[in-house]
Amino acid sequence: MSALTGTAALTRLMLRRDRVLVPLCILFAAGFVILTASSFQSLYPTAADRADFAATIESNTTFTALYGPARALDTIGGLTAWRTGSTLAAIVGLMSLLLVGRHTRAEEQRGQTELLRAGAVGRHAPLTAALAVAAATDVAIAVAGALGLIALGLPAAGSLALGASLGAAGLVFAGAGAVAAQLTESARGAYGIAGAALGAAFVVRAAGDAGGGGALSWLSPLGWAKATHAFGGERWWPLLLCVAAAALLAAAAFALLARRDLGAGLIASRPGPPVAGPSLRGTFGLAFRLQRGALLAWSTGLFLTGLMLGSLGQNAGDLIDSSKSIADVLTQAGDGNLVDSFFAGVLVLTALIASGYTISSGLRLRAEETAGHLEPLLASPVGRRRWAASHVVMAMGGSALMLVAVGAGMGLAHAIGSGDASQLPRLVGAALAQLPALWVLGAIAVALFGLVPRAAAAAWAALAGCFVLWMLGPLLHTPAWLMDLSPFEHVPAVPATAVAAGPLLALTAIAVALTGTGLVAFSRRDVG
Amino acid sequence: MTNAISVSNLVKTFGRTRALDGLELSVEAGEVHGFLGPNGAGKSTTIRVLLGLIGADSGTVRLLGGDPWADAVDLHRRLAYVPGDVSLWPNLSGGETIDLLGRLRGGLDPRRRAELLERFELDPTKKGRAYSKGNRQKVALVAALAADVELLILDEPTSGLDPLMEAVFQECIGELKAAGRTVLLSSHILAEVEALCDRVTIIRAGRAVESGRLADLRHFSRTSFVVETVESPAGLADLGGVHNLHVDGRQARFDVDSGQLDAVLREVTRLGVRSLTSHPPTLEELFLRHYGDELHPAQAPVAVPGATR
Repeated sequence: MSALTGTAALTRLMLRRDRVLVPLCILFAAGFVILTASSFQSLYPTAADRADFAATIESNTTFTALYGPARALDTIGGLTAWRTGSTLAAIVGLMSLLLVGRHTRAEEQRGQTELLRAGAVGRHAPLTAALAVAAATDVAIAVAGALGLIALGLPAAGSLALGASLGAAGLVFAGAGAVAAQLTESARGAYGIAGAALGAAFVVRAAGDAGGGGALSWLSPLGWAKATHAFGGERWWPLLLCVAAAALLAAAAFALLARRDLGAGLIASRPGPPVAGPSLRGTFGLAFRLQRGALLAWSTGLFLTGLMLGSLGQNAGDLIDSSKSIADVLTQAGDGNLVDSFFAGVLVLTALIASGYTISSGLRLRAEETAGHLEPLLASPVGRRRWAASHVVMAMGGSALMLVAVGAGMGLAHAIGSGDASQLPRLVGAALAQLPALWVLGAIAVALFGLVPRAAAAAWAALAGCFVLWMLGPLLHTPAWLMDLSPFEHVPAVPATAVAAGPLLALTAIAVALTGTGLVAFSRRDVG
Repeated sequence: MTNAISVSNLVKTFGRTRALDGLELSVEAGEVHGFLGPNGAGKSTTIRVLLGLIGADSGTVRLLGGDPWADAVDLHRRLAYVPGDVSLWPNLSGGETIDLLGRLRGGLDPRRRAELLERFELDPTKKGRAYSKGNRQKVALVAALAADVELLILDEPTSGLDPLMEAVFQECIGELKAAGRTVLLSSHILAEVEALCDRVTIIRAGRAVESGRLADLRHFSRTSFVVETVESPAGLADLGGVHNLHVDGRQARFDVDSGQLDAVLREVTRLGVRSLTSHPPTLEELFLRHYGDELHPAQAPVAVPGATR
């Protein structure tokens, strides 16, 4: 029996389990590119329109950092590649590493791999099958994206290059996910390691591109994806870099797999204390203990992201012309201070990222229930609402910590850059203005947990919806009522505008109502 | 005598499945009550209703004089629970989990905790994900047994324990019984139920099919014989009270209703006994009489641990 026996059967099993998830990933990624291109076609139909738009952004380091260096912006394809390439490559990378982790370490942690490997299944089969599923998803994203762009009438070479760059970035992070899955015993730990690698790749690419020379960007796989120069004189060899890196990472993962026992990680787990410390007391102590790792990892990542973005603040002032088209697309209308407009814009982006913590923390409620941890807790003298409240407090309070971390990083970097120490508290305050929007997303997770526990993960769809509205809403001339569905639309664009208490209080009220609904519904339903 | 648990006409449906279909169960204060039934009969569902984790569709349920759904928190101060499938927090050590569950109940006696850890030979420093099934069960057992409570609800608590640990468990339950505590013990290990329980309730497809003192239930059961006789034992088939007769030459295997023992034995000795073995009515035979007819023949012996006694 070879080490690969059973790979085909396992691949079919994984595709069957992911028959909704994988098509959704493909639809999201390919649809994102195609929608962006078609909206640019209607927004800037003539080359003159595009040249005007391009002139306003070409020299701006802020956008270079967020979206990568601009190239061939006088074409629809160039605009699309510039606008979607970097962010979407990171998102496809995230999908790929999650897909691989979900079918390797998560299965192994739950004991399903043991059951499979006891059958006529080779040692390498589960990892091979997981990589095959992720690679097939990445290739499908590449093909679907390219075909969609060609159908819109864009040049074939550029369409293929843009699609392929997305798929290639996905492959690299599928490999990273495979390596991370060998390192830790817990799936959460593996996601954390691979996610940190992705975050580092994004920050390195952003810093490298913003720094001008772009030399640093070559250290990041996301930089390689961007270096294909889709629609701007395509270069194909950077794709080979991605494929080679993916192959190397996969080979490393197989080598590591051969060196460890089933269920074990290369990072050995240490024995714990024989007696609980004084802080592990009550439901709140337990919730903090369970979530402190995520709290630390997310806040550190967001602080570093804040530092990176904050250091670009001064450069945003270099923007010569506060063109109307830019304001339409990128920042909410400010009072003319470009630095503040920049911060108002990037704060929404970081708030969207931070709400990933809010939702995953809120969904801990459901995770604890499905893992069977809730039953013994509720069989002890612990009220349902009190238990649920402990995780709600972690989600909502932790969200405040996330925004403080973003604001502190941004404020620190900008205070140093501008020599104005008062920027630190000012930007922390501005970041905290996003808090009610995060609360609304967290409250959606809690409400779903109480009302339709099986569909609790749909809270992620709410975040994806907010992200799409933020990214594409203005481009697509989205009707106002649809835009208004995103809580982030209602947050005043501080620091560019003054804080308005009204919308923040309204968002908070909605969050409180949703949370309350979820808690009441949970106290009335069956557990398990 | 007051009842610690009384369940009457309990119905619980999940979609189209009727998991509990008019269940009756009463557990007297101070007794160890065995709760038996095949997989999927509704034992765990009943326990989850008793703990207020799921609500009843209809019927009445009283637990320690209260309503398990409405008074859950107050009632849970007075009981401890060991789930059938123990799932521990992967990054908490066993000792931390025991202390956490104890503190939620208002603290536990460190001497009792240390004594139980020693008796169950449990290493409290391992992380939750590193424990085997049996050791996960020990963590839950130590947490429950260290609690000073009136009622223990145990859902197949020893299915992963080795025979030595099973003996320790039986010892601990014996001590609790002597101290006047009430125990509801759901179990597949019939020897354990026979050793520990005063009364049993047997359920099937969500209904109680048999309930009472073990001694009384056995009255309706049979004794099994294997005999070798001088004359052919084929004629035993004509005697009243003989069941499942298998004759192989001079050897015969059969079961006898307890009421007919005397008459049958007279007939056997008349045939001239060369050898005789018998064993008393066991719970597994009682169990098999209720379920055996529906079990696949090849499955029947496997499904009954301890059948060689």
